[in-house]
Amino acid sequence: MATTVRDTIKEITRNHLSEGKGKCYGQCLTAVGWVGGTLPEMYEEDGMVEFSMADVAGGAIATGIALANGRPIYVVRYQGFQWYNLASIVNYAAKSKEIWNRPCPIFVRSIAMEGGIGPVAGSSHHSLAHRMPGIKVASPMTPGEYQHVYDCFMNEDEPYYISEHRKSYDNTEELENIILPKADFTIFPISITRLEMKKLVELSKQENIYLNIIHQLWLKPFIIEDSWKIALDNSKFGGLVTDDDYVEGTASSIANELSLATGKRVWTLGLEPRTAGFHPTVDNLPPSAEQIIKKLKQIKHGI
Amino acid sequence: MNSYRLKAFNKASFCRHFENQVYKAAQDKHIKFPFYLSAGQEYIPAAIYTILEEKGIDPNVFIQHRGHSHYLCKGADPIQLIDELLGRKTGCANGMGGSASIHSIEKNIFGHDGLMGSQVPIAVGHAYETRKPTIVIMGDASAEEDYVLGALGWASTKNLPILFIVEDNNLSILTEKKVRRNWEMDSVANAFNMKAFNISDDPLIIQMYMKDYDFSYPMLLNIQTTRKYWHAGAGQDDNYHTRYEQELQELGSEALKIDMNNKLLTEKLWQQQLEIQ
Repeated sequence: MATTVRDTIKEITRNHLSEGKGKCYGQCLTAVGWVGGTLPEMYEEDGMVEFSMADVAGGAIATGIALANGRPIYVVRYQGFQWYNLASIVNYAAKSKEIWNRPCPIFVRSIAMEGGIGPVAGSSHHSLAHRMPGIKVASPMTPGEYQHVYDCFMNEDEPYYISEHRKSYDNTEELENIILPKADFTIFPISITRLEMKKLVELSKQENIYLNIIHQLWLKPFIIEDSWKIALDNSKFGGLVTDDDYVEGTASSIANELSLATGKRVWTLGLEPRTAGFHPTVDNLPPSAEQIIKKLKQIKHGI
Repeated sequence: MNSYRLKAFNKASFCRHFENQVYKAAQDKHIKFPFYLSAGQEYIPAAIYTILEEKGIDPNVFIQHRGHSHYLCKGADPIQLIDELLGRKTGCANGMGGSASIHSIEKNIFGHDGLMGSQVPIAVGHAYETRKPTIVIMGDASAEEDYVLGALGWASTKNLPILFIVEDNNLSILTEKKVRRNWEMDSVANAFNMKAFNISDDPLIIQMYMKDYDFSYPMLLNIQTTRKYWHAGAGQDDNYHTRYEQELQELGSEALKIDMNNKLLTEKLWQQQLEIQ
């Protein structure tokens, strides 16, 4: 049976703890679900350490552990809780090496989900971390990507913000880029919108729209590969960045970089600019394949 | 004469004259950004580090703004501090930290990022990982930050080897404590099942409370003190009377000699660094 993202994270954590590379910290880790099944059943004596429910203090305590080179995996169960937790991570851990030559490597697992969980707990919030210098931001959605990002972390001394999504936890497949000789658009999907791409490609064919798909793992630093530039250059109408966060942040920043690098217009599509409610009729979900197609048709027809 | 009191006075005296030189350098326009002077409060670090040196304990120390005296009393390089205040690459924080974010790798002093009170949870995390004696300094205003309280609670729960020191000068910029709150930090720490005391900055009192402390559990000392210079060094109170003046008076001629030596020494150090272009 193929390995899921869930099992990959669980194994990484088990090895991290049992091989003495560091410990895992967070709130309610040892609860019934073990954070969506991504944690091995280990306890404080094994290195699975429960924090109190004080979020702002928790983020800063984890930073202090990182400052002592404890290589903490810090689990924040809902990305919206980063409004509390990130204060010291982005203001201390991300700056410590630059100001004082003291590295502060911390692996922040920031978990997104949505659907009926309201205005704070829902969706991704990686834009919060993205704007600050000194932190790396990745959004792995496959087993291979997750392992790769963790390996990079262990080989470096930077703080990492990992923008996870619960809907990716069952995924076993690696996501390949699609680059056509001549496409109408190049899509640069982020986070859970990447899992919509298979459906999007099918829908687009029905609409006679031809797409390049270039999956985005590293949100920061954002390094544009030559093949991406060529693909975007060869796209008739330009590009589109899709995201599970509000577009006024990571998505717009990436779109701007791509546009500057190629001269092509690059649009964004993420959460709608409104607060999410709990009821399905007022929720605010990431763009679906249907919504992305609608946006592409609007661009194509100059609407 | 009590040698502990004289040793502490020597440290305090060096700090006092160093800070007076900083103030002068700012008035002479050599320092061109905000700075935070610890003059008036120097007896807290002077007493604490004298006691710890005698005990042979070298803790990790987490400071925030108004931390020059902790830096100096723990034996970090004054030249690097001068350079830092002059914005030089050779400064203790590469000229980036200014007055508020000074540090010393050699002396295990950790700099501050500018979020008031953030050093408290960061120090708690560091102490959890290292299990080494740790001191974290905060002011009476920083102590009110919510994450400070969460950190005190966790340090108590995990029985960490950490000493929390509140330098209580009764002021946040110019707002008095009684306007801001009706509680004291020692009561808060007590409520977290931590040993805590509210004491003056008399070196003999500090010695009494530190005498048996071996960092085998967390403890909080709220130490009442007096600030000589205003927040960000913008001015000076007319009627201040600090522990330093009192000790100088009580310790007599030996203290006067030490005082004069430190005055000359700090003047020389500053002059020497200011002459470097």
